[in-house]
Amino acid sequence: MGLYFLCIILFCVGFYGVLRKRNIVKIIIGLVIMNYSMSLFFVLLGYRLHGRAPIESQSQPIVNMVDPLPQALVLTSIVISLAVMALLIAIAIRIYERYGTFDITKIKNLRG
Amino acid sequence: MINNSKSGMSLIVRTVTGLVVCFIMLFGIYIILHGHLSPGGGFAGGVMVALSFVLLVLAFGKNAGPARLSKNLASNLESIGALMFLGIALLGFAQGAFFRNVLGKGSHFDLFSAGTIPLSNIAIGLKVAVGLFAIFLALVILEKFKEGQ
Amino acid sequence: MAGINIIPLFVVIPLGAAFLISLFGKFIKRFADIAAIVTSMSILICSFHVMMLLQNTPGKLLIYKIGGWAPPFGICLVIDGLSMFMLFIISLIGFFVTVYSVAYMEKYTDKPKFFTLFSLMICGMNGAVITGDIFNLFVFLEIASIASYALVAFGTGHEELEASFKYAIMGSVASCFIFMAIAFLYGFTSTLNMADMARVLIYKQGNSFVPFVGVLLLMGFGLKSALIPFHAWLPDAHSSAPAPVSAMLSGVLIKALGVYSLVRIFFNILGATQGFLSALMFLSVISIIIGGILSLSQWNLKRLMAYSSIGQIGYILLGIGLGTPLGIFGAMFHLLNHSVMKSLLFLTAGSIDYAGGGKDLREMSGISKSMPFTAKMNLIASLSVSGIPPFGGFFSKLIIIVACLQKGYLGYGVCAVIGSILTLSAFMKVQKFAFFGEIKDSSRNIKEAPLLMRFSMAFLALFCVIGGLMLLPGMRFFISDAVQVVVKGTGYSSVILEAVLK
Repeated sequence: MGLYFLCIILFCVGFYGVLRKRNIVKIIIGLVIMNYSMSLFFVLLGYRLHGRAPIESQSQPIVNMVDPLPQALVLTSIVISLAVMALLIAIAIRIYERYGTFDITKIKNLRG
Repeated sequence: MINNSKSGMSLIVRTVTGLVVCFIMLFGIYIILHGHLSPGGGFAGGVMVALSFVLLVLAFGKNAGPARLSKNLASNLESIGALMFLGIALLGFAQGAFFRNVLGKGSHFDLFSAGTIPLSNIAIGLKVAVGLFAIFLALVILEKFKEGQ
Repeated sequence: MAGINIIPLFVVIPLGAAFLISLFGKFIKRFADIAAIVTSMSILICSFHVMMLLQNTPGKLLIYKIGGWAPPFGICLVIDGLSMFMLFIISLIGFFVTVYSVAYMEKYTDKPKFFTLFSLMICGMNGAVITGDIFNLFVFLEIASIASYALVAFGTGHEELEASFKYAIMGSVASCFIFMAIAFLYGFTSTLNMADMARVLIYKQGNSFVPFVGVLLLMGFGLKSALIPFHAWLPDAHSSAPAPVSAMLSGVLIKALGVYSLVRIFFNILGATQGFLSALMFLSVISIIIGGILSLSQWNLKRLMAYSSIGQIGYILLGIGLGTPLGIFGAMFHLLNHSVMKSLLFLTAGSIDYAGGGKDLREMSGISKSMPFTAKMNLIASLSVSGIPPFGGFFSKLIIIVACLQKGYLGYGVCAVIGSILTLSAFMKVQKFAFFGEIKDSSRNIKEAPLLMRFSMAFLALFCVIGGLMLLPGMRFFISDAVQVVVKGTGYSSVILEAVLK
């Protein structure tokens, strides 16, 4: 049970980074921490007591495995967060070329 | 391969990279091909193959061999990987449903078994490897913004 | 092609076209244009075919099992009245915007990349409305969202990059909340199929769990559909993007990803309780008022239209929050009308910009003399969105207000009428400053839009005018099928599970 609370605390740490940091790169890092904490939470949901890794092999019987479905879904989710992070970093580099700064309080062309 | 130019890293890094990078790529290809038998599969193996190229560019500087991969070639290879995957999925129509596993499924724990799953892994591995390396090139060796472009 | 096998083609055709355009667009000239138009036309023909197929099926339900695996082990694609309704809207507006953008994107470099991203966005939206599995919905939602982040930043100017960054961060935070909600739902029900999950939730009585997941999903999908207070990304993103992208985003994406997912999950899976519906109605009435007030004070043409989008989404969610069949009918009808009207508005703003007329209302004047066709289209769309009879917008707003008064919410009905008056004044401001009046020098030498752009705008204006005809008994089946699905609520899952076992 404590592990689930630690995942939520990690999520809140990432959320704090997105909300309060002024540097664009730190906002992106906060977002990545949020995504990873949710992937970790999802994998932890599949744990069964005294379970082993869900790999089928010739020597061991197919009993007492942890749930393999969250592991497949988290693989998809990691790919999605990788794609978003790559796009955000490319946008951040172009913003630096145009505005000359990474500070979001100075990038305020669009108002109202 | 041992160049003495200003770019790239020190001599120790370049020597060790030259010895190790082939094994990294080979391990990545092993993970792609054995995706139906052990953990890993297309995405994880593709990332490892891409990272072997990234290691070469990091160690030998911006003018190393793989850094001269043109953007056109990277984009074309990536599209070919995606179209291969779509083609394998459409093969399922031959037996009734989309994405059905149509090839023969051999015996358990063989390398050539499980129907279309290894082929899908290879297509995804190709796409991910080329895609990640192209992202690295685009972010690192980027063209500067010219005024009025 | 055998009847039911056409359903995966809604996802396969745009996906294949996206990568083919990316591969061959650089070698062969005009390949990207022709391939994009052929793709969107084939999706439109497929949607007509599936509509005929759906009308002939007893029970109005089509289920396709991917790979032959039966749910709950496999993913199934479900087409019922609501999915068919959304699919038709996406394919119709996608076709006209594609035809428009063949002419509009001449001013930008690298057209093949634009059509690749555009086809990926359409693939994501199609997949999101036809899937029957909740994690598959999340994956397609992400495909469409990432393609739209890249499309907003397409011109790589100052404002577009800033707007795209804001949109991408807020959209990713919303996706993270949705993923957390899906994780909780999987942990509680141990299944991912929508119909199966509804059955387990009825059986297991999660009394303190369902409101928590409901709040998370309201935050996540509320941001995707630009509900107040999650609207802050919309004015920047929709005003800085190229015009066909704005039309697609404001006309289809916030409805297919935001409103449709909200309706599907809350009515068919979680069971719409009164507390949730009251919260939704409260937020939507605030959206109507604030969207109307903020759109009055804008001087940038596209920003004014973007704020008015927030108000109109408030109308749609007000109708859905009422919960009665009449209210949901009005909401679905307004969804159809607003897609057409708002796309037409953004396309006319784009053609003014393409011809060189500028983006600020203070700099343009008297455009109706130099671009008469665009002026007429804008007038038709403005009258329709403000709710003037006999255009389509009048009927849908009337139905929503009548449903509000029928259920006894007098205050909300009065707010809806005030919102309509605010919308009318905002668009009359556009008409006065941009189109009528003395013609200025900056607006004198601009020519009319090219033929392809005029073709799209004319057809969309035709749909605006005849929108009221949807209420005729012969045509009413289109919307009332969608309403039936929503009203049946969680009872819908038993219908799907029976049809799967056949």
